[in-house]
Amino acid sequence: MEPPLLPPLPELVIGLIAFAIVFFFLAKKLLPTINKSLDERREAIEGGMEKAEAAQAEAQQVLEDYRAQLADARHEASRLRQEAQEQGVALIADMRSEGRRQREEIIAAGHAQIEADRKAAAASLRQDVGKLAGDLAGRIVGESLADASRQSRTVDRFLDDLEAKAADQKKAEATR
Amino acid sequence: MSADQMLAFETDCHIFDGCGFPAPGLHSFLFEPIFSIGGFDFNKPMLLAVLSTVVIIGFFWAAFGRAKVVPGKLQMVGEAGYDFVRRGIVYEALGKKEGEKYVPLMVSLFFFVWIMNLWSIIPVAQFPVTSIIAFPAALALIVYVLWMFLTFKKHGFIGGLKNITGYDKALGPILPLAVVLEFFSNVIIRPFTHAVRLFANMFAGHLLILMFTVASWYLLNGIGIAYAGVSFVMTIVMTAFELFIQAVQAYVFVLLATNYVQGALAEHH
Repeated sequence: MEPPLLPPLPELVIGLIAFAIVFFFLAKKLLPTINKSLDERREAIEGGMEKAEAAQAEAQQVLEDYRAQLADARHEASRLRQEAQEQGVALIADMRSEGRRQREEIIAAGHAQIEADRKAAAASLRQDVGKLAGDLAGRIVGESLADASRQSRTVDRFLDDLEAKAADQKKAEATR
Repeated sequence: MSADQMLAFETDCHIFDGCGFPAPGLHSFLFEPIFSIGGFDFNKPMLLAVLSTVVIIGFFWAAFGRAKVVPGKLQMVGEAGYDFVRRGIVYEALGKKEGEKYVPLMVSLFFFVWIMNLWSIIPVAQFPVTSIIAFPAALALIVYVLWMFLTFKKHGFIGGLKNITGYDKALGPILPLAVVLEFFSNVIIRPFTHAVRLFANMFAGHLLILMFTVASWYLLNGIGIAYAGVSFVMTIVMTAFELFIQAVQAYVFVLLATNYVQGALAEHH
């Protein structure tokens, strides 16, 4: 019986040939094929990652732009609000001063009217009082005071006396 | 086959029948030629070796023949095996840049050894081709030649010798002893152990499975049936264990081959 550690030559040769065939096919054909495919896959993955990174950067950029625009819009809005408020305040002040002016005008006009009325009333009163007093005095005295000028002079003198009296009285009141 | 080489199945012999236990032995590793051409006998291990070639090339052809960027199932399995050897063994020891050149050899070695081992538990085949020393020896020889070639190519003749013998002046007076020992260890023992480690593992594994299988049959008589059951369970356990050992031995074989290449390429210290 052959010792088990002595390699028989035919098996050795067959083993070498069988391995050579395996090595030839794997090294020359199949492993290069799979390496190529693995490289392609790695490139595809890396390309995809680059694309994703670019998309992310773009999204970031867009977000920043959007935020800037939003901030601008906020500024604009607050500016407009401020402006509107200022305008409103100015408008109110204007209207108020205008109103005041008109009121004063109206008041002044009223005062003038009253003064004029009073003067007219006083003048008319003076005439009426003079006439009435003349009639009354004529009737009492029985003497016709037809002479208008004399009559008028008398009345005026009488009224002046009255006014002077009234002025004296006023002065006395003021000093008191 | 002569009478002493017959297995229990063929003799229909059981315990208590007055016949001895037909123990498996060296004869279990000898095969009658299937056919002969001239003086050349083609036997079962050779057939299985050739079939290994067919299986490996067939598988990788199916997996990688039309490799796609998006892999199919078979391609994924193939890539897993390829990557296991490439990254797990070659890149680990040699680095990516230097190792790339040796990837095809190591991948071929791994799958060739593994499939030849695997026949041990494939029904009908049921014989690990690597338990015939010639097959591991052929592969170890290839690695040995590559290792020697690389050593002398990288370091020149003197440098190569120094690399092989672990020449180091710092050793002082024991330098001659160390050089002689290293020379024997590397140049003579190393290829021998490289081949025998694989051979002996598969040889022993096959013997164990045979032993329990034959015993299961032989014990199948009377009270022996209980023992036969135990033996049968052991057969299954050993078969599962062999499945593990086959892969481990293929791994170890390629790992050592890679380490030898690394040693050849390494700068001497």
